[in-house]
Amino acid sequence: MTDAAASLDTDDPRAGRTALGHPLEELIACPSCDALYVAQMPPVGGRAVCDRCHTVLISPKRKAGMRIIALTVAVLILVVSAMFFPFLDIHRLGLGNSASILDAATAFETGPMALLGLATAAVIVVVPLVRMLLILYVLTPVVFDRPPARHARRAFRWSQELKPWSMAEIFAIGCAVALVKVADLAQIGFGPAFWMFSVLVVIVLFNDNYLCTWSVWKSLERPRE
Amino acid sequence: MVGMEVSGTSARVTAREAGLVACRACARVWPAETERCGRCGARLVSRDTASLQKVWAWWIAGLVCYIPANLYPMLVTETLVQSSSNTIVGGAVEIAHHGAYGIAAIILIASVLIPVGKFMAIAFLAISARRGSHVPPTRRQHVYEIVEFIGRWSMIDVFVVAILSALVQLSSVASITPGPAALTFALSVVFTMLSAQSFDSRLIWDRARKNRRDDTQ
Ligand SMILES: [Zn+2]
Ligand SMILES: [Zn+2]
Repeated sequence: MTDAAASLDTDDPRAGRTALGHPLEELIACPSCDALYVAQMPPVGGRAVCDRCHTVLISPKRKAGMRIIALTVAVLILVVSAMFFPFLDIHRLGLGNSASILDAATAFETGPMALLGLATAAVIVVVPLVRMLLILYVLTPVVFDRPPARHARRAFRWSQELKPWSMAEIFAIGCAVALVKVADLAQIGFGPAFWMFSVLVVIVLFNDNYLCTWSVWKSLERPRE
Repeated sequence: MVGMEVSGTSARVTAREAGLVACRACARVWPAETERCGRCGARLVSRDTASLQKVWAWWIAGLVCYIPANLYPMLVTETLVQSSSNTIVGGAVEIAHHGAYGIAAIILIASVLIPVGKFMAIAFLAISARRGSHVPPTRRQHVYEIVEFIGRWSMIDVFVVAILSALVQLSSVASITPGPAALTFALSVVFTMLSAQSFDSRLIWDRARKNRRDDTQ
């Protein structure tokens, strides 16, 4: 998305007003402190930082789009397959049991606890999956130099709003804690899904680091054909 | 790090002062009277005036849920020899007795220190946004960012309960079931996250600017 700073068509009737001597579409306001700047694309790999509150405003990365797509596809595969493999297994006195992610989400069975189960499933599986699908939907046309997909802007905004509610990585750390908690009660082993989730955690962290939202917004300004 | 060209002047202008309204979702600016962002579709408010009411409403809801979360058991463990139920603090103490001080510390930090610290931090931000504060805005912005980043991690305890309840089902030998505190704790985490998200961090900076202007006059 290095071409994201390319000039954009302004057939928007509300455009045309100016501030700081620039048309509005060339400005950027810090979302944290409202400071107004003339948006200037830093060189690839650099960052433009709000000099009042130090929020990172723009941070274009080399081949970011392609990398994000690759990582996102990897996450999709991992989450889906991790659902069907056991996560942890347990043995004691000849008895054994193993739990998958779905088992964990459905552990809260009765009454109001079932709601908690639904919420758990949502934040560890559904929300991460939906976020990944939205990001793929938005970025794929952009990366392959096509006009943005239908409703791409709304999809991208949703993907950003869902970010705090995507908790797969917290769940993975929770497993490690669970392991220690019952270490004296029984023997516990990690199933294949645990390792898949561990990889996933690392990818998710990298992925969010690559994503420069300003660059994406810029590229979504291209009119659809 | 690459700085940004700041409009040539050292006197910084906010979008609001320039007669514009900024989109907090995509950072685009629009003329002040615009209602929806033409780029991403987010609703635009120059300053969320209801922000602090929303912050306090979620804050109180979070606190109300946090109290039973500490009084009721989080986990009910049944083994051949005994049945025990643990509150959050009780569970951490028991783990410490087994010598796993590190894990006990993680649980205490994640489910006691962080939630309590979050309640205090959000209250401080909301009060200082209205009344002003001697704490510089940069510091307060940091506090806000930490609260936003760290809040979700409190969910770890709920996930541990879910994992254990699913896993430890060895008929009569050992079984674990979630206690009522798991629900109220999860609700408390969600409400505090909503409280923090409702806070309009631009209020921190407006106030500081106004104070500085008053001082120079
Ligand atoms: Zn800023
Ligand atoms: Zn917007």
